[in-house]
Amino acid sequence: MKDIARRRLIFSLPLITTLGAGTGFYVMLSRLRTGSFDPKEIKTPQISLPYFNLERVSPFPSFNRNELLRQTKPIVINFFASWCVPCLTEMAILNQLSHKIDIWGIAYKENSHAINEFFSRNDNPYKRIAQDTKGDAGIQWGLTGVPESFLVLPKGIIISHIPKPLSERDVETISNTIG
Amino acid sequence: MALHPTLKHGTIFLNLKPFQIRKIHLISEILSPELGHYLLALSCCLAGIQFIVPLVGCKAKQASLMMLASPLAYAQGIALSLSFACLITASVTNDFSVLSVYQNSASNKPLLYKISGIWGNHEGSIFLWCYLLALFNSLLALSAQPIPLKLKSRALAIMGGCSAGFTLFCLLTSNPFLRLWPAPLQGQGMNPLLQDPGLALHPPLLYMGYVGFAIPFAFTVAGLLDNTIDLAWAQFVKPWVTIAWACLTCGIALGSWWSYYILGWGGYWFWDPVENASLLPWLTGTALIHALYAYTRTESLKLWTLLLSISTFSLSLSGTFLVRSGLLNSVHAFTSDPTRGVFILALLACISGSALLLYAWRAPTLAQETGVNPLSKEGSLIFNNILLCTIASIVLTGTLYPPFLQLLTNQSISVGKPFFEQTTVPFVLISLFFMAVGPRLPFKKTNSQHLLNILSIPAMLCLLIFLTSWFCLHQFLPALTLGLCMWVIIHTILNYAKKISFLQKSFQESWRQFFRLPYSVHASLIAHTGMVVTVLGITGMAFATHTIVEIPLGDTVPLAGYEWTLSSVQTVKGPNFVALKAAIKIAHKGKVVTWLFPSRKYFPEQNQIVTHVSIETNFIRDLYAALGSSKETLDKQHPLYILRLHYNPLAPWIWIGGLIMAFGGIITLWPSTKTKFKNDCL
Repeated sequence: MKDIARRRLIFSLPLITTLGAGTGFYVMLSRLRTGSFDPKEIKTPQISLPYFNLERVSPFPSFNRNELLRQTKPIVINFFASWCVPCLTEMAILNQLSHKIDIWGIAYKENSHAINEFFSRNDNPYKRIAQDTKGDAGIQWGLTGVPESFLVLPKGIIISHIPKPLSERDVETISNTIG
Repeated sequence: MALHPTLKHGTIFLNLKPFQIRKIHLISEILSPELGHYLLALSCCLAGIQFIVPLVGCKAKQASLMMLASPLAYAQGIALSLSFACLITASVTNDFSVLSVYQNSASNKPLLYKISGIWGNHEGSIFLWCYLLALFNSLLALSAQPIPLKLKSRALAIMGGCSAGFTLFCLLTSNPFLRLWPAPLQGQGMNPLLQDPGLALHPPLLYMGYVGFAIPFAFTVAGLLDNTIDLAWAQFVKPWVTIAWACLTCGIALGSWWSYYILGWGGYWFWDPVENASLLPWLTGTALIHALYAYTRTESLKLWTLLLSISTFSLSLSGTFLVRSGLLNSVHAFTSDPTRGVFILALLACISGSALLLYAWRAPTLAQETGVNPLSKEGSLIFNNILLCTIASIVLTGTLYPPFLQLLTNQSISVGKPFFEQTTVPFVLISLFFMAVGPRLPFKKTNSQHLLNILSIPAMLCLLIFLTSWFCLHQFLPALTLGLCMWVIIHTILNYAKKISFLQKSFQESWRQFFRLPYSVHASLIAHTGMVVTVLGITGMAFATHTIVEIPLGDTVPLAGYEWTLSSVQTVKGPNFVALKAAIKIAHKGKVVTWLFPSRKYFPEQNQIVTHVSIETNFIRDLYAALGSSKETLDKQHPLYILRLHYNPLAPWIWIGGLIMAFGGIITLWPSTKTKFKNDCL
């Protein structure tokens, strides 16, 4: 009899897991209704910058994690790639934004040659450029695709993640946030 | 002006004679949205009765009550079919006084999309879900399987319960028959991205997969209530699992193909939460098929099979829930509404929660299982289950980690393609290895010497293939995948050779034996080949090359050994769009290979631009071109056009593999013709 009771306990593990997940979903939904939970936007301060390594792209000024940590003013980190059409169309907005805030670009899964070609055709909005050849830094940053942008405060605090091409409204939001 | 043939039908009513129009009016008066609404409510009641009455009958041991389940199921199926016809009528006759038609249709929309548009929005897709559930319900009632009355009526009762819940959800929160007053003259039109034949078929197939898993679920719950989980039970469940799995496979393949040719990215899988939601039941469903196989042959894995069957349907349900609740950050923009989310969550809690509770209570009392020898067929099936469930839990974790992390720690992260690729690929490769070995092992008994004999030569051959391709391609992972794919193929051929006693008997004898093989042998070998074809396609896509160029008319771009020339760009007018159509000439060493005509359609009603990719395929490689926006230049005579050009080796194999897999599953449903063939041979 004791054995059956023990087995029942083990076999109720899927139920317990499901109920736990269900409760989580319920809390999310009720917070979604009151507006205190929004999976689409990231507003809350992040604890720290992720660890990541980047490579240099030859003629452009480069950067690494430590330099980003040492900054005294906010920076927009923009992941882009020459092979991505939305990135191409985002360039105009980025050039506009670059007058208000420094933008550092991370070329995602790219080679130096393609990046150079890309900027021979387009104006360069970036103060510094580094590349993430294998996409490892993308994982650390939690990239879902390109282009995506992150607003990073001094000491490397990420306060917003925009997982889509920047729009005029985003530019406004960013300039309101920093200024 | 060249129009797609399906687009021409949009104006069908202009060519009708007056009496035909009167006929149509008559039909639309009879099949009014009110009738549809009423029938939906009726079928909800019928489903409720179907849930309660047979269960009461089983408790009271009243066969007459139990037998009511089947007629109730038919009635529900007929009611919802008519209701569906009402909705189609409203959409086809442009009845914009119906809210869901107004929001998603317009009078100049082609006929095909007036029908497929019904399930292109939230209300309609939930309705389609209910309708398919009712159809499967009737199919189960109709089936000629010799199922004991008690088990069948209980299973139908569970189906009725699910159906009642979903039709209630449809009625209360997403009613497609709601009227709008005053009726507008014109509808808002449908998202042009969804106006595509591939997407007309994708949701029904996918939903058939999701909903189809309701039957194994119902059987599981009924069996647990009944305390009779035996080999006969497994035989009843098996075909339903296979149907659902095959539909789901086709649905996923079609969705992936759609995103490949419509989104213009050249990608085929984005690890988007919605895609993951369809992949999860597929993975557990695949595991379920294998577990059921092991159970029917050796009576092992009984409790595990039950759990898999419950969780597969639960994952299908939660996929629908997650997509529509707005909790996940996804590109599939269904209008998300927390109220609906709460309703589906409650439904999910009732269905899955009660099933799991029953499982926790009853499963431990079922007979204990015997140990399994790891070096046998059932051992390899268990290993396959472990691998598939590991992949499923990785995908589940990756999908749910962001919202839960945000809930618990208020931190936000997103988990994307790189994570999924790095974590799932090793397990896929391991499962490829076992996919070849498993079918060659005998049940129960084992002999390691024999195992070594059958594995050593192919292993050396594949190692050679792997090393050669590594040396030639200079890439480790594709070479390893190629070696493993060859490993599966060699074993498939050897397996067939052994099964038909090739070279041991005369050729004719072997040929006859081939047709006399049980379907399950063909099924597993074909499905595994399909998997290999898909994996090869994915590997081929790793060698895809592409370029984005900004060129004026007449310029030539070299890519992958071809010369791509932008010959002309024309403006074309369609019924509900204006298109910019480019003509690209592709030549190889001066000889014209093909022409591609990518276009950009502008839909003024929605103020939306849709790119139409042009693809030329010879099934070995795809030539793929998409037209980007044209750039304004100072010199207006010579505008620049942005072109996205791809060379995708083996791309079509990804979806062909999916179809082969589904075909492998479908084969087992064919009634066994073993005896017939024996007679023919004599």
